[in-house]
Amino acid sequence: MTWLETLRRKKAMDPITAALYIVPAGIVVVVFRMIPIASAFVLSFFDVKMGRVRGFIGLAHYVRLFQDPTFFNSLGTTAYYVIGVVPASLFLSLFLAVLLNQKIRGLGFYRTIYFLPVVTSLVAISMVWKWIFHPRLGLLNYVFEKIGGNSLLWLEEPRGIFEMAAGGLGWEWWPEALSGPSLALVAVVIVAIWRGIGYNIVIFLAGLQNIPDQYYEAARIDGANTRGLFWRVTWPLLSPTTFYVMLSTTIVSFQVFTQIYLMTGPPVGGPMGTTKVIVYYLFEKGFDAGGNMGYASAVALILFGIILTLTLIQRRVVESRVYY
Amino acid sequence: MEQTATLHDREMNAAYRVKRGLGRGGVYAGLMIGVILMIVPFWWMLATSLKSPIEILEFPPTWIPTGQFARTDAGGWEEVYIVSRDADAGTVTVRTADGGAQSVLPELDVQSRFRLRFANYVEAWNQAPFARYYFNTVFVTIFVVIGVLITSSLAAYAFARMRFWGRDNIFLVFLSMMMVPQPVYIVPSYIVLVKLGWIDTYQALIIPWLAHIFSIFLLRQHFKTIPDDLYDAAIIDGCSRFAFLWRIMLPLSKAVLVAVVIFTVVGTWNSFLWPLVMTNTPEVRPLQVGLARFSQEQGTSHELMMAAAAFSVAPLIVAYFFAQKQIIQSLATSGMKS
Repeated sequence: MTWLETLRRKKAMDPITAALYIVPAGIVVVVFRMIPIASAFVLSFFDVKMGRVRGFIGLAHYVRLFQDPTFFNSLGTTAYYVIGVVPASLFLSLFLAVLLNQKIRGLGFYRTIYFLPVVTSLVAISMVWKWIFHPRLGLLNYVFEKIGGNSLLWLEEPRGIFEMAAGGLGWEWWPEALSGPSLALVAVVIVAIWRGIGYNIVIFLAGLQNIPDQYYEAARIDGANTRGLFWRVTWPLLSPTTFYVMLSTTIVSFQVFTQIYLMTGPPVGGPMGTTKVIVYYLFEKGFDAGGNMGYASAVALILFGIILTLTLIQRRVVESRVYY
Repeated sequence: MEQTATLHDREMNAAYRVKRGLGRGGVYAGLMIGVILMIVPFWWMLATSLKSPIEILEFPPTWIPTGQFARTDAGGWEEVYIVSRDADAGTVTVRTADGGAQSVLPELDVQSRFRLRFANYVEAWNQAPFARYYFNTVFVTIFVVIGVLITSSLAAYAFARMRFWGRDNIFLVFLSMMMVPQPVYIVPSYIVLVKLGWIDTYQALIIPWLAHIFSIFLLRQHFKTIPDDLYDAAIIDGCSRFAFLWRIMLPLSKAVLVAVVIFTVVGTWNSFLWPLVMTNTPEVRPLQVGLARFSQEQGTSHELMMAAAAFSVAPLIVAYFFAQKQIIQSLATSGMKS
């Protein structure tokens, strides 16, 4: 056998060897990903209680779902949460990343500190913040009182923030539909922003450092001021990064669960159900009393549909403004 | 003429420098405010965890754990709590910390002192089977990391180097699985684990996580950068396929493997929803779920909850301060936030 033959034989199509290499990962992916994902579709058309499939019921889960005000409330709550987290997180992290990109001393120090919550478990973070938000003994109310504000109920406040603001201005009446997210939900939003900002800063910083210095020099020679530099150079060249950060933050925010589970209530989702997000609703239906897993699967599919649609819309909208 | 121009320039420079200086100051001020906001919750966790149950109830709260101490007859100091103060008489009514007798002491015999109550950590540790939880998390993490390293390098090698029917399509299907968020498949996964009889076992926490699609993707990308010529040369020298992976590809991929280890460790250590659903008993319950339960059962002992939170996050945070550069890089590439 010549060396050329050896080479040819070893490089030839060899599905059996290839299969052997893929099988360990493949089995796990098929059994614990593909089958469950496919089953989620199927299960949503079946009556499933506590892990036992009882029979086909067609679209009944979906019909019930669309008649359930709690479901729509949880969708609305989740939307408030996402809208609360994404723009604020984007703005703050971009702002801090731009500051960090000013050739400052101690970049590593700042980055290390900002990123610290990302490696910290959400369970611990939620516990600490719940304590900080404590209505009577909490640190935040102490600081508020110190700077002359009023203490608030935070996680125990069911009233919407717009309603509270209107009340603060002395308005007797405010339309209920416009009461906005509860202060409790806003508290959860604050924690999410705090926790995720370091991650976004690191991504933004990488994007900023990829913008060549020559562009800034050229713009400066043409007489651009700081604001011009940002809007004419940084912002357009950073747009792929901004897009990525926006997308990933949105997708992660839609799946919020741990903070709600640990910070709100009892019962979880409180006060008065104003923090019951979609994943908690799914968890409650699927695993709490009764374990209506077919119904939970229907919720899961709608969640998936929303995330998928948003991904596509966001991609289309932003792509038209992304400069590569 | 020349003179004025220089003067003008100098003025401009000075103005520029002042403006720049102010700008610099603003930059550092902004960054420092950010640092304080990031650090305070951690500080608060530690400070609370070292306070006494009585101190927790004080409002305004203390930034540094502080105890009230009264002079004992023997001349030492004993921790007490203050029942009331009488400014006119210059006396303080105190009670011993164990809830014993009250006594009225002159103000001079009662002092506030810095005090760290490490006993909270012992108490929290003993109030729930945290040793077990810790062991479970470490055990599961070790197995998942080893498993992910093995399955991912094998699969990535096949996807990057071998030629077989449908290779790229199979890989695409793998990748598309990555896009589906966990809440979508957690219910059917539960049913699969029920059918396998794995609910409340280590298998439920380990085996479904033994393949990590993103790691396969990352390793495949890296393997593809290793030139074909190297492969050809090795094969001609009689190197087997597996030996090539083991002896050449993997040593060349150390940086990627380290990244995989880091995000697998952090992801497994901190995972919550999956073990919450898949375990019911303390025997296999991991740390995060145990901590959550502890928090829900405790309710009011904030100093114990903060102590438990602190000892639960300690290993990762300590590791983070030693290897923050790699950890940040690894978690940033993995796109992992929660």
